[in-house]
Amino acid sequence: MDPILIAEAAINGILLGGVLALLALGLNLIFGVVDIIWIAYVELVMLGMYAVYWLVTAYGWPLPLAALGSVALVTVLGLLVHLLIIAPILSSPPVNQLLATGGLLFFLQSFATFLWATDHRSLRLALPILEVFGMFLSFARLLAFAMSILAMLGLYLFLTRTYMGTAIRAVSQDREAMALMGADTRKVYLVTSGIGGAMAGLAGALLIIQYSVHPHFGAAFGPLTFMICVLGGLGNMIGAVVASLLMSEVISVGGIITSTEMAYVVAFVIFIVAIFVRPEGILGRRE
Amino acid sequence: MLSVQNVSKTFGGFRALQGVSFDVREGELVGLIGPNGSGKTTLFNCISGALGPSGGSIRFRGEEIAGLTPDAVCHRGIARTFQIPRPFRKLSILENVALAAHFGHMTRESDAGARSRAKDVLRLVGLPADGEARPGLLGAAGLKKLELARALATGPKLLLADETLGGLDFEEIRQAADTLRRIRDEMGITIIWVEHIMATLMRVVDRVVVLDHGEKIAEGPPRAMAEDPKVIEAYLGEKIALG
Repeated sequence: MDPILIAEAAINGILLGGVLALLALGLNLIFGVVDIIWIAYVELVMLGMYAVYWLVTAYGWPLPLAALGSVALVTVLGLLVHLLIIAPILSSPPVNQLLATGGLLFFLQSFATFLWATDHRSLRLALPILEVFGMFLSFARLLAFAMSILAMLGLYLFLTRTYMGTAIRAVSQDREAMALMGADTRKVYLVTSGIGGAMAGLAGALLIIQYSVHPHFGAAFGPLTFMICVLGGLGNMIGAVVASLLMSEVISVGGIITSTEMAYVVAFVIFIVAIFVRPEGILGRRE
Repeated sequence: MLSVQNVSKTFGGFRALQGVSFDVREGELVGLIGPNGSGKTTLFNCISGALGPSGGSIRFRGEEIAGLTPDAVCHRGIARTFQIPRPFRKLSILENVALAAHFGHMTRESDAGARSRAKDVLRLVGLPADGEARPGLLGAAGLKKLELARALATGPKLLLADETLGGLDFEEIRQAADTLRRIRDEMGITIIWVEHIMATLMRVVDRVVVLDHGEKIAEGPPRAMAEDPKVIEAYLGEKIALG
């Protein structure tokens, strides 16, 4: 096998890993703070993709503006999901919470099918392909990777340099103690859900420049994102980034060596084995 | 300052508190004692807003606070410490205290303001004020100090201190009791103190409230309580010699 092809696949793996990490961080942040898994998280990403698609194709918005539109829209959706669905069931048993966000998943899938049918829609952007040392790299993927890194850096600075961000980390460790220190946990949850939504909206904009969107887009990325969160240790942010890179390398390099389908099989086998060996996640620590 | 009237709390069929009433005056240091399971921590939870009482009234500076959320109670000037320290282990010591300084006030302090007050409080309780280390490096005594620092950083008028001496050695106990007294004397903060180490508590407090099976069985000055037959039977087991 041509080493150039392997190297190209490895780089593509890193590029894909950036966007997956963005998704996993959003889901993980919400889980770590609110203690609920948004099963329908990637469905929000799907809506963000549609938002960019329609804003660009039907309304003629420039792509960067449409991307901001997606971030704004999905931020609002994130807030609404929290207020309308999550907040009323915060103290319900986990199974009910899973069913509620799972129900949202099917609702959003069906609603998207109803509105836009099952067509695969693509922006058909004529973005350049760069040739570097004999490797062909897609500009769209490089752009998506760079934007993901910037967004993650922004999130990191927010979580470590601001009081609200520090409070978000504190609530993920002990929500009762944080409330006794005067922080309104309802507000902390709402801010967290808004950030989770914003990250989903940005991920939607970064994915629509690489993939076509359809109502069942979440069927591929949803389980993958969830798997990455579990593999990295639920709620563990650094673990999520490491697991994203690991999984995207397996899928990308494995896809070149065998086939994309086989690479997904291998990725999920690694996941299952890892869960047996380290149930707390690869970087998880038992507390 | 604080008026607890006829407060009860039931969990299912279990009555954790039954018709508990007592008052705390501004500037007092009141000991709250009783055997394990007598309702001391439940009472703290009801006052601090972690639990809503099933009945009765809790008035703080003339305002009913029963049923308020913990953050609302905190903003009115009540802080509590936990018996088992609960620091945010993934944050630095200074961040732990600065968060309390920032969120504990109705009007949020500026970044620099909250940090500088956090440092003052760290010095007061006897922890290094640079505070960049994680709480994991602190021993039992250090964690208790951090717990106290977080509570003080919210700027309370009333401090609910839950077993600040548990797990400490003789010298640490003396220091911790001394810190509590200084908090009252120098900062003018009213304190309700739950403690099992009787000899120390009785020496420091102005007054003692005794709970047993969720009911108040006695209330009075430490010396009288130490000789009260009901208190001895329920809790002390034997008379303790007061220095």
